[in-house]
Amino acid sequence: MDANPVISPSTAVDGGSASRKKQNRKLLASALFLLPAWLLLLVFFIGPILLTFYFAFTNLSLTGSEAQATQFVGFSNFMNMFQDPNFRISVMKTVVYLLFSAIIGQQVLGFILALLMKEKNPAFRRVIGIIIIAGWVTPEIVVAFCWVAFLNDSGTLNALLQQVGLKPVAWLFTFPMASVIIANIWHGTAFSMLVFQAALDDVPKSIEEAAVVDGASRFQVLYKIVLPMIKGSVVTNMILVTLQTLGVFTLIYAMTGGGPGTSTQTLPIFMYNQAFVNYQLGYGTAISLILLLIGVLVSVLYLKSMKVKV
Amino acid sequence: MKRKSIKVEKVLPYSILTVIGVLFLLPLLWVVVASVDPNANSSIKVPSAFTMDNFKSVITDPVNIRAFIIGLLLSLGQGLLVVLVAGLAAYPLSRYQLRYKKPFMFTILFMTSLPITAVMVPVYQLFIYMKLQDSLWGTMFFLTAAGLPYAIWMLKNFMDAVPLELEESAWIDGASVWQGLKRIVAPLMIPGICTVGIFTFSGSWGNFFVPYILIQTPEKLPASVTIYQFFGNFGMVEYGKLAAFSILYTFPAIVLYIFSQRFMSQGFSLGGASKG
Repeated sequence: MDANPVISPSTAVDGGSASRKKQNRKLLASALFLLPAWLLLLVFFIGPILLTFYFAFTNLSLTGSEAQATQFVGFSNFMNMFQDPNFRISVMKTVVYLLFSAIIGQQVLGFILALLMKEKNPAFRRVIGIIIIAGWVTPEIVVAFCWVAFLNDSGTLNALLQQVGLKPVAWLFTFPMASVIIANIWHGTAFSMLVFQAALDDVPKSIEEAAVVDGASRFQVLYKIVLPMIKGSVVTNMILVTLQTLGVFTLIYAMTGGGPGTSTQTLPIFMYNQAFVNYQLGYGTAISLILLLIGVLVSVLYLKSMKVKV
Repeated sequence: MKRKSIKVEKVLPYSILTVIGVLFLLPLLWVVVASVDPNANSSIKVPSAFTMDNFKSVITDPVNIRAFIIGLLLSLGQGLLVVLVAGLAAYPLSRYQLRYKKPFMFTILFMTSLPITAVMVPVYQLFIYMKLQDSLWGTMFFLTAAGLPYAIWMLKNFMDAVPLELEESAWIDGASVWQGLKRIVAPLMIPGICTVGIFTFSGSWGNFFVPYILIQTPEKLPASVTIYQFFGNFGMVEYGKLAAFSILYTFPAIVLYIFSQRFMSQGFSLGGASKG
């Protein structure tokens, strides 16, 4: 509103009520505009999250007597969970999967790719870029097929090994965790590569050149100048990739089904098995809650790292 | 001596990149080659002959056609709903000073990062309570809600870039807020709307877990689940058909990705995208 010092009291009151009317109309319009989004989010997004907190404390089940009478059972799902060796195994598997597939695998490979592709022949850069991105655009379920075929007993990898005189390996049985980790790196690296390419493009060339003139080695320029400058992107990317990998179900499920035994049973697979194979929905939800809490924790870090202005 | 090291320094990145590129290409190349090989197995080999029979047999199976149509309707419906609902929600968030805007936008951003996998067990239970289990509409609404946070966040930022003056001049000419949004703001946001729409579509087109949990009737399953069942039933025998099916299923995702590249110039600068 314009601040007019010589405004008469009556017009000031009029202006006030008119603007209040306008304000109310705006408020009503906002409410209407936001309503569909709110409803959908409330029922299908926030609702299930709240239900997670409720069901995790019940003996909800799909079959048997508990299916009829669902009861509040306090912390017993969690007591069972912490005593369940399978849960501990799943947590360990998840940690290994996150560490090697997301934090080390995709991040490091994505960074190396972005760094090496910098200022290379544009046509070459394009071809490599397209190959890497193709793995990213391919739906998860197809990624799983590609890798099952590739690592199969008579698959491409073993055929190549035999060409050079080595014995074939039953990859999916002998190295199941490494197999699902590599498949996920193959699928996800493009994202990190694109993020780091954008970040590296933002580093002014003059700063690097000045450091080289001052006698810095390539490694020093990278370690002391480039990396600190793109620190923000590294942190945010690491969190996003971690969150994405935390939720991976399809890839592992289609490649190994969590097996052999429990060897690739990450938390999402464990949750699925308890809820839909053993029909223990309450226990499954308790595992969901753990998964969700880890997600919340990492998301909070994400919000902090973004330093968003809303 | 020095010249030699410079040469190595120049050649080395190209060699490393070529090796990585070949390693990345191999698993993908198999699908392409196997799909046109009448005697495909799980290893890459020069096809014994060139054939389109694998594609023919996948396309001519009415079960597969139905699964593709269901998948398309599900993803298209969800994509349209997301763009529409998120576009409406983005308007007041972009244009008005609202008291709860800040916490709302933070909640939205927070939601974009939560793994959907984690809520699927309670969602399944919710669907049983609401009698929505095995419902394609219910699945579409859930997918819509799951896609909304990202879409609202993106569209709000795209809308912020549309100058308010254009809208104001339309208001002076007598246009309502709704008309201003429809005739002035939305057309200027086409690139943003397309980007969000394409990403949302691709996300649900490729989503296996959600329909796998929420849909039970085999006749209602979208392509993402039927392809998995195909793999389970015939995958180890009919590699050629599985490969052809995979290519047909991947095709829309790739086409749309290429299409979206026209609209996305700075999508991956995390620093730039954070401005709200």
